[in-house]
Amino acid sequence: MEISITFGYHTVFDCEVDRVMSMLSELLKNLFKKRATVLYPEEKDKVHVPEGYRGKLEFYREKCIGCTLCYQVCPSYTIEIITDEKGKRPVFNLARCTYCGQCEDICPTKSIHLTKQFEIISLDKKDLVVK
Amino acid sequence: MSTFDIPIGPQHPALPEPLLLKLEVEGESVVGVDFDVSYMHRGIEKLLETKTYFQGLPLVERICGICNAAHGLCYTLNVEKLYDKEIPSRAQYLRVVVEELSRIHSHLLWLGVAAFEIGFNTMFMYTWRDREHVMDMLEAITGNRVTTEYSQIGGVRRDISPELAEKLLKTMDVVEERTKYYIKVALTEPTIAKRTQGVGYLSPEDAKATCSVGPVIRASGIKFDVRADDPYAAHDEIPFNVITYDSCDVFGRIIVRAQELLECVNMIRYALKNLPSGPFRIKLPMKPNAGEALTRVEAPRGELLHYTLCEGTPKPYRYKVRTPTLANLGALRAMLTSKGRYVVNIGDVPIIYGSIDPCICCTARVQFIDVKKGKAWTWTLDEIRNMSKKVKA
Repeated sequence: MEISITFGYHTVFDCEVDRVMSMLSELLKNLFKKRATVLYPEEKDKVHVPEGYRGKLEFYREKCIGCTLCYQVCPSYTIEIITDEKGKRPVFNLARCTYCGQCEDICPTKSIHLTKQFEIISLDKKDLVVK
Repeated sequence: MSTFDIPIGPQHPALPEPLLLKLEVEGESVVGVDFDVSYMHRGIEKLLETKTYFQGLPLVERICGICNAAHGLCYTLNVEKLYDKEIPSRAQYLRVVVEELSRIHSHLLWLGVAAFEIGFNTMFMYTWRDREHVMDMLEAITGNRVTTEYSQIGGVRRDISPELAEKLLKTMDVVEERTKYYIKVALTEPTIAKRTQGVGYLSPEDAKATCSVGPVIRASGIKFDVRADDPYAAHDEIPFNVITYDSCDVFGRIIVRAQELLECVNMIRYALKNLPSGPFRIKLPMKPNAGEALTRVEAPRGELLHYTLCEGTPKPYRYKVRTPTLANLGALRAMLTSKGRYVVNIGDVPIIYGSIDPCICCTARVQFIDVKKGKAWTWTLDEIRNMSKKVKA
């Protein structure tokens, strides 16, 4: 069925009723639904981050045995191996990190852990180095 | 009537990707087309030669943002061929789950883009909203929304817990319900029918002759799907139907992709219900055996091909990637110059180009670089022909 309203020679309203009706139910349903998006910086508590998310990494020095396996699998040269008083250890430059999580997977003593924190932006490069 | 040329691209609001279309136009009808894809070269193949096979995986996933699960899967299957070790079947099933999830999100994204190209923004908003359910599940399973990196050399990264599997099944119910609604809209909505039926005609003969792949060739009525023809991972154990449609136009490509969504949902359900027990990953040494391997995977856009040559070192001697968009460019030329039922109007060029689900930055692979002079260039086909003549002589 087609409805067409003309005013003189000009068509002011022209639509097929079946088409409007098929989308109308969807429109009415969405009127009473809550918003699909999150106003991110204002509503930070509504952002859902699941368990196992690959975010900013944490390093536990006491667990590390200095095997350098993380250095060997890192694809983006994030990890630098230095020697401190306890022996070899990695230092992470998060500005280079791609958050692939290969170092976490391969670490034999679980001394590397990717946390749920995803806000990593900083104005100072020194904040991006994890020691 | 005389013809004149219209260049569209490489940066143009109507095109989703950097492609230069040189259209030869007679009035408003397209009579000839030539295109150039070399605007997005990233040197990934060369970079892979400098990394070990384990370091290369995160890089391969970044060839394409949308079909990264397929790229990662193809890479791992390809490298595992060098090891001669059997991969646990639980890992193979979990790979299929994530691959099909990725296919769902890619097809939903494409449905939105196609609706946007024909000016039907309502559907664009709805499909992209529903795609978020799938993205959330990918994030929960793998730890990241886009670069999943789930398939690893020797298995998969993580196991799926029973609670997560149940949540995934519930999401699949939502996706199935929404997909059925989209199919209903696509079949009844006059906006879609008027803009897509008969547009971008690709005859089955042309589809075969131009070696097109994926939903493009399936919408021309030819049953070609790597998952069925050359099963990998657990696709030989999980039943599914190869969807075809015989309208040979953009409308057919919409229907094929929408109905494939339902197949993906059923495959995920079957894989989760029949998930084998056992380990999900085995440890493999850094050095594979010397040899070469070639793997085909059905990415959301079509057949994806990876090749590697290994000399027994941890790094590949050569790595080659053939993406589905490259295979579909011949079909794009046939579609744009089709004269059978319908001569292509210049206004239909964006949706025809969009109907192959283009990903140009995955496609541009070759660039010639003179390191000493600091120059980079690409050669045209004529220049390559002339050079081959010189070599022959």
